[in-house]
Amino acid sequence: MQQAIIRAERVEKYYAQPSENRIQVISPTDLSIVPGEIVALLGPSGSGKSTLLRMLTGLSVPSGGQVYWHEKPIGQTEINVSIVFQSFALFPWLTVLENVEAPLQARGMEPAKRRKRAMKMLDTVGLDGFQHAYPKELSGGMRQRVGFARALVVEPEVLFMDEPFSALDVLTAENLRSELLELWQKKTMPTQAIFIVTHNIEEAVLLADRIIVLGRNPGHVRTDFRVALQHPRDRKAAAFTQLVDYIYKVLTQPEAQPPELPRTAGGKRVRDQRLMSYQMLPHARPGGIAGLLELMVDHGGKADIYRLADDLAFEVDDLLPIVDAASLLGFLTVTEGDATLTPNGTEYANAEILRQKEIFREAALQHVLLLRQIMRALEAKSDGSVPEEFFHDMLDEQFSEEETLRQLETAINWGRYAELFDFDAQRHRFILAHVAEPAVETHE
Amino acid sequence: MKMLPGSFSNLRTRGEMVIPRTLARSQAVRRSWPFLLDLIVASIGLAAFYGVVQIARLWLGRAEPQVTLSLEPRALPLYALYSIVRMFLAYLLSLAFAIGYGYVAAYSRRMEALMIAALDILQSIPVLSFLPGVMLAMVALFPSRQLGLELGAIVLIFTGQVWNMAFSFYSSLKSLPRELTEASAIYGYSRWQRLFQLELPFAAIGLIWNSMVSVAGGWFFLMACEMFVLGSRDFRLPGLGSYLQTAASEGNTTAILWGLFTMVLIIVATDQLLWRPIIAWSDRFKFEQVESARHVRSPLLAILQQSRFVKRMRHVTLSPLMDKLYQREAKRGPTHVTLDDGDQRSPSALAQIVLGLVIFAAVGYAAIQALHLLHSIDRKEFGLVLGGAGMTLLRVIASLFLATLWTVPVGVAIGSHPRLARIAQPLAQIAASVPATALFPVILLLLLRSGGGMNTAAILLMLLGTQWYVLFNVIAGATAIPNDLKEVSRLFHFGTVQRWKTIILPGIFPYLLTGLITASGGAWNASIIAEYFRLKGKTMTAFGLGEQISAATDAGNFAVLLLATIVMALMVVTINRLVWRPLFRLAESKYRLGA
Repeated sequence: MQQAIIRAERVEKYYAQPSENRIQVISPTDLSIVPGEIVALLGPSGSGKSTLLRMLTGLSVPSGGQVYWHEKPIGQTEINVSIVFQSFALFPWLTVLENVEAPLQARGMEPAKRRKRAMKMLDTVGLDGFQHAYPKELSGGMRQRVGFARALVVEPEVLFMDEPFSALDVLTAENLRSELLELWQKKTMPTQAIFIVTHNIEEAVLLADRIIVLGRNPGHVRTDFRVALQHPRDRKAAAFTQLVDYIYKVLTQPEAQPPELPRTAGGKRVRDQRLMSYQMLPHARPGGIAGLLELMVDHGGKADIYRLADDLAFEVDDLLPIVDAASLLGFLTVTEGDATLTPNGTEYANAEILRQKEIFREAALQHVLLLRQIMRALEAKSDGSVPEEFFHDMLDEQFSEEETLRQLETAINWGRYAELFDFDAQRHRFILAHVAEPAVETHE
Repeated sequence: MKMLPGSFSNLRTRGEMVIPRTLARSQAVRRSWPFLLDLIVASIGLAAFYGVVQIARLWLGRAEPQVTLSLEPRALPLYALYSIVRMFLAYLLSLAFAIGYGYVAAYSRRMEALMIAALDILQSIPVLSFLPGVMLAMVALFPSRQLGLELGAIVLIFTGQVWNMAFSFYSSLKSLPRELTEASAIYGYSRWQRLFQLELPFAAIGLIWNSMVSVAGGWFFLMACEMFVLGSRDFRLPGLGSYLQTAASEGNTTAILWGLFTMVLIIVATDQLLWRPIIAWSDRFKFEQVESARHVRSPLLAILQQSRFVKRMRHVTLSPLMDKLYQREAKRGPTHVTLDDGDQRSPSALAQIVLGLVIFAAVGYAAIQALHLLHSIDRKEFGLVLGGAGMTLLRVIASLFLATLWTVPVGVAIGSHPRLARIAQPLAQIAASVPATALFPVILLLLLRSGGGMNTAAILLMLLGTQWYVLFNVIAGATAIPNDLKEVSRLFHFGTVQRWKTIILPGIFPYLLTGLITASGGAWNASIIAEYFRLKGKTMTAFGLGEQISAATDAGNFAVLLLATIVMALMVVTINRLVWRPLFRLAESKYRLGA
């Protein structure tokens, strides 16, 4: 058993609230990166993948637990890692060469030696001739190559990548992926391990020797397994598709065993977010939900989520929230990676727009606590309007500030679509729908 | 034949690549006159050196009790040089301080709130009310009277210029893109490397635009300083401002014309030789990922960039210096990679407590002394100050109203018709850069001859000084109205009234507001000179807060001076909070175009 290069021991991340609550972003997690493997970290949005990456690289300090670099605490030793960023993170006012030289400059290397190393690295990534160009003259793929060159020029022991290909078009991403594999397999770089964070399941199966799947609320490891496929890996091969399917199952399956939550210093249990009052509304719009259901009717009412994603060229992050929302509202049931329309869902998909709104309204009131509460509050008031801040404060107890705003936004969208209420954006108030409508004359 | 830079060697294979415009042109220049360019740069250097010698001779010379000004046109270049040098030094000081202040405010969690609140207040305090105090203090401090006055002028200009630059740097630092800071951290940038390779370049464009505004404002204050006379004591400095004032005093029209001509010449030269090259150079700091269509071109910049001399200088001095700095930092050991929340570097608690106590004691002492001083004011004087405040407020409102009245139609016209803009904008820029204070003696002279009063003159001066802010902002607002809105109005045949009501006025509202806020601050400041002016040995006044301040200065009544300054600062800050802020919030929420 090789010694791990980086080892995280019960690292967790939380934000303390003024009240006794803690918003747990990542529950205590163990993770280790050993030499000679490519590790992929997969997970839906909100599972804390990027936070975990930042804790492993030392950019962010864990709220609890410790990260070790060759068995020494990470804060006390010099570590040798690089990150390739999603949006390339190049300095627009430096040329390609200057961007790649900068980390060497930071290490105090002499100009001549720097230049030689940087030029060699640019050659390796195929950018020879572009050294005096500025980033804004380059395409996305070329910019990411500069990102790679910069990351590799310091000869890092572990190369971290934060969704490196998601800002690129499909073909360029394919191209870069295979070039990365080539560099890795030919051992052209002294890097001993690669850690890639992604939300693209196929990408993970294509590249990784080991896949870690995260769940959320709070972020935790759901499964961690080896990928034994030989390179070059064929997307159409049975073993490949089986693996992808399996991962989809894991992602869409509700938790069999919820992760254990830590206790606060005073010995009180941290509130389990899944048991708290508000379920987290998936970030989906009514239009998207309607679209998905109509598509499924075409497929005969039953679809494999993996195949659906493939057909739509959707990523996990795009499709799962819509699937979650549809199942929350009772229009779908999800079992083992397959989605089936319920009778309600079929009716919704086949109805015309006014009836759709009615069905949505009933489902929303039945299944979404937040919307029920908003309606009750509005009906209780004589003027039929309630300030937004009231609900903001309640959600704040349970969610981070950013998530609270998104929850409110989703609730407002759904409420407006269902004609439950309207929202005055200027005065930040919910207004009961029939109050907003002008009086209608009844005709005999 | 020189080697083309690497990016061109691929032209044959990469036909679709974008060729940077500046490079193409400078290729032509470079091939033709290498030596001539070096010569030009060298002569610029020589001229600068001569200027420094002249300045030193003036400043360190023994002071005369009374400054004698020659009205000969021959003396003008020298006077212009003196004025320019004062501006330049004040600007450098402001820039250094602004970067320091902004840096500390952005990175020190504890100091941040305090420093930004202080910025807000300091920006609102009328700079000119400090003129007497600063001058007297400086003269007392320095044996060579001339040096003291010069430093006083510089300090005063500094106080007027530094705050908006500090705020610009601060807000640039706060809006640094996350991934860039993470990249700097993970690749081990030292603090210096981060400053020079990330923070300064990112903030460059904001700093440059704010510098332009600050320098323009600085001229305003400089002219006032150069004309400054306190009772029987003459604090005037030889320069353009005092030249124009003397010329107006003696009614020497030729001298006035020469003076104005020199002023305009300096403005145009600054624009062409300083600002345009800098703006053209700052293009590389734009944080957009796509080449934008418009570029400011500057032949001077091309010359400097291609000059071998400049390149050698940079190669020999700047680059090795930076490298040595980075090497030294690298030897220091591994830099803190963490970016996180939580005060990692907070100084010891004891040091902070001691510092807090010292500041508290100092502020407390000053406050008590001030209260003592204010105590000596009787009710009548108090009433005068308050009454004056009311009058000046009316004048400020009047000048803002007049400014809006003419700038909105003109601004919208210029903004909507690009061809008109091309002619009008440079003209407006030149007109705007001429400091109103330099023109004031001339205007007053004309008004007196035609029988107008000081009241009109005061409003006119306030208008002149501040209308340009409003105009430029309105032009920017009119150009920002998206074309599709204009097309909708044409499609549905909107009448003029409807078009203005639904599209134009709401569209320019945020910009108009920004312009008015700046203009309002400028108007209050201007009132100090506008309401109390000395011409031909007589003192012309119009009742108002500015007049109270200047009169108190003249009489040496420091109690009233303090009270009036406080009242003015309070009024500006209160109007800021009560009027401008809510309007600004409205502009941001309801009237903002785009997401």
